[in-house]
Amino acid sequence: MTTTVTPTTPPRTRSRWSTLLRARELPVTIALVLLVVFTYAANPLFLSAQGTKDLLLNATIMIILAAGQTLVIITRNIDLSVGSILGLVAFMTGSLFANVEGIPIWLVFLAGLAFGAVLGAINGLLVTVAGVPALVITLGTLYIYRGINNWWAGGTQYFAGDRPEAFGNLAVDTVFGFPIITLIAVVVVVILAIYLGGARSGRDLYAIGSDPAAATLFGIKVSRRVLFAFVANGLLAGLAGVLYAARFNSVGATTGSGMELDVVAAAVVGGVAIFGGSGSVIGAALGALLLTTITSALTALRVDKFWQQAIVGILILLAIVIDRIAALRTARKLRLSEARDD
Amino acid sequence: MTDTDTSTTLTSASTSKTLAGEPKGRTGWARLLLGRDAIMIYVLLVTIGIAMIAVPRFASPVTTGFLLLDVVPVLLLAMPMTLIIVTGEIDLSVASTAGLTSAVLGVLWAGGMDILPALVLSLIVGIVAGAFNGLLIAVVGLPSLAVTIGTLALYRGLALVVIGDNAVANFPPELNQFVTSKIGGTGIPTVMIFVLIIVLVFGIVLHVTPFGRGLYAMGYSKEAARFVGIDLAQAKFWLYVACGLVAALAGIYWTLRYSSARSDNAAGLELTVIAAVLLGGVSIFGGKGSIPGVVASVLLIGTINYALRLGRVSDVVLIIVTGTLLIVSVIIPSITAALSRWAHERRVRHELPRAASSGASSA
Repeated sequence: MTTTVTPTTPPRTRSRWSTLLRARELPVTIALVLLVVFTYAANPLFLSAQGTKDLLLNATIMIILAAGQTLVIITRNIDLSVGSILGLVAFMTGSLFANVEGIPIWLVFLAGLAFGAVLGAINGLLVTVAGVPALVITLGTLYIYRGINNWWAGGTQYFAGDRPEAFGNLAVDTVFGFPIITLIAVVVVVILAIYLGGARSGRDLYAIGSDPAAATLFGIKVSRRVLFAFVANGLLAGLAGVLYAARFNSVGATTGSGMELDVVAAAVVGGVAIFGGSGSVIGAALGALLLTTITSALTALRVDKFWQQAIVGILILLAIVIDRIAALRTARKLRLSEARDD
Repeated sequence: MTDTDTSTTLTSASTSKTLAGEPKGRTGWARLLLGRDAIMIYVLLVTIGIAMIAVPRFASPVTTGFLLLDVVPVLLLAMPMTLIIVTGEIDLSVASTAGLTSAVLGVLWAGGMDILPALVLSLIVGIVAGAFNGLLIAVVGLPSLAVTIGTLALYRGLALVVIGDNAVANFPPELNQFVTSKIGGTGIPTVMIFVLIIVLVFGIVLHVTPFGRGLYAMGYSKEAARFVGIDLAQAKFWLYVACGLVAALAGIYWTLRYSSARSDNAAGLELTVIAAVLLGGVSIFGGKGSIPGVVASVLLIGTINYALRLGRVSDVVLIIVTGTLLIVSVIIPSITAALSRWAHERRVRHELPRAASSGASSA
């Protein structure tokens, strides 16, 4: 075995450059850059100030949801109820502005975050205390939260006219070309990336996802960490819900339905492994940006709009295959270094 | 906190391994009458009984007809889904496959093809879609959850490519009439005969054949299944092909029943199907579940749905009821398991000398 190995790369001195090349975010980044460059070459209007702003606005909500979902998926769980949480919080936002005279905007944000966190905590408690798989629990709460939303909203819809202008301007005003709600999403992603990369409890999430039993034996408080991931995800879905109300004209009983699988798809495209243990928030955010950009790119390229979803499907499958190849390469490398006995 | 966490996992692992000292599970009649399937069937019967008393106009042959016509797609899709989840995999693309089949059927028919070859081609499309899933999952070895999220988007996208935002509606009236026709005065739709045959085929394959028993083994432990000589890849591949075929049948049924081929036919049905299967007692981890339980669960959801609509209760309640049933049905077994574990530990502590007790409970 040893003789077949050509010792070109000494394992200890991994350069910054090779780390970058091996990053899980690389494929999605390349795809995104290629897509943008190619579309821009064909239609320069694609990256005009207005065009860029639209791209970012469209991606904002998906980026926040994908970042939250990443926390949960890394721990080898999943939250299918995010679309329903977003819908409930968006409707609450609309209802607060319409029914409470002169309510301050920060209070609405706070209420939305808190409500989302509570809904996420219900998911997390059901998963950790009852020890039931998250897929089943959140499929159940997907229905329950949506049902509550239907019951609460009925046929009522709240429109942008009911909301203060300053709130709607969050999705209109820009700072250095970035819409304010997009900046909020960027801040969220940066905070989560630092947390997952640097904080002890953030690294714990990866350990739990790689091997829950080993994490328990190692002394990681698995239940508490998983519960935290669900609460954080709910809180971010709540934030996305409030921003949804700022971005879109109407919120009602069906707001956000069917979003859950798109969110999971964005994370998967961004290199987050569906069975936990690896992936990053930045990758997931790039995945969300890629999936939402495709829509605009295809329009700009005058590709038949009906092809859009099929292309998204192909991208997801490609992402999984790439992920698989990367995993196989890592496994082989590990085996080789073990065989070399160093 | 950490210590107790560790010890409970250890004891739960040990209780599942040392079965010798444990009281045996129920056998014979008791097992048949008190099992998970039986309970599902009792719940179904009680629900039907309550609906007949409480909801006016529920107790009539018209009910049977509409109720059954409504549940056919979910019932059909639930069959292969049960087998797939029993092996520990999942298929989220079933509804998209049905939509794709529906779109293909519509375009072929609108393009002037005879209905019979059009039907056959649509079935082939379903089989190919299933085989593609099977190829990626069984042969390449990719995770089914991720793959079928991808093909969920892909197949629905292809349906859009095929038919766009058109709708084809002018299918032969004889076919529409046949699909909605009833057997004599019973109110039972004629198509139920075919559905029943499919249910029986899947039931027999899962419960009686060595192939079906092998699926449980695969879901329970892949290693063990490989050691007893089950070809995992082959079994999974054919399951996904079967799933594609049945999804195509569901798509064709949907098209003919509503006499409309559209790209969004059956959209979102995948989660309804999975919810029904899980409610029917199939474990999401694989290795557990049965066809009778799933059939009862599909009919239960159908009955509640129909009764609520007849009683003019809004769909809202149904959505909440479905979700709550699903959660309760998975939490109750885990609570009973925790209780019996607790009882077992207490017994062990009681029977063994005090000094050895701490060792015994974790050994």
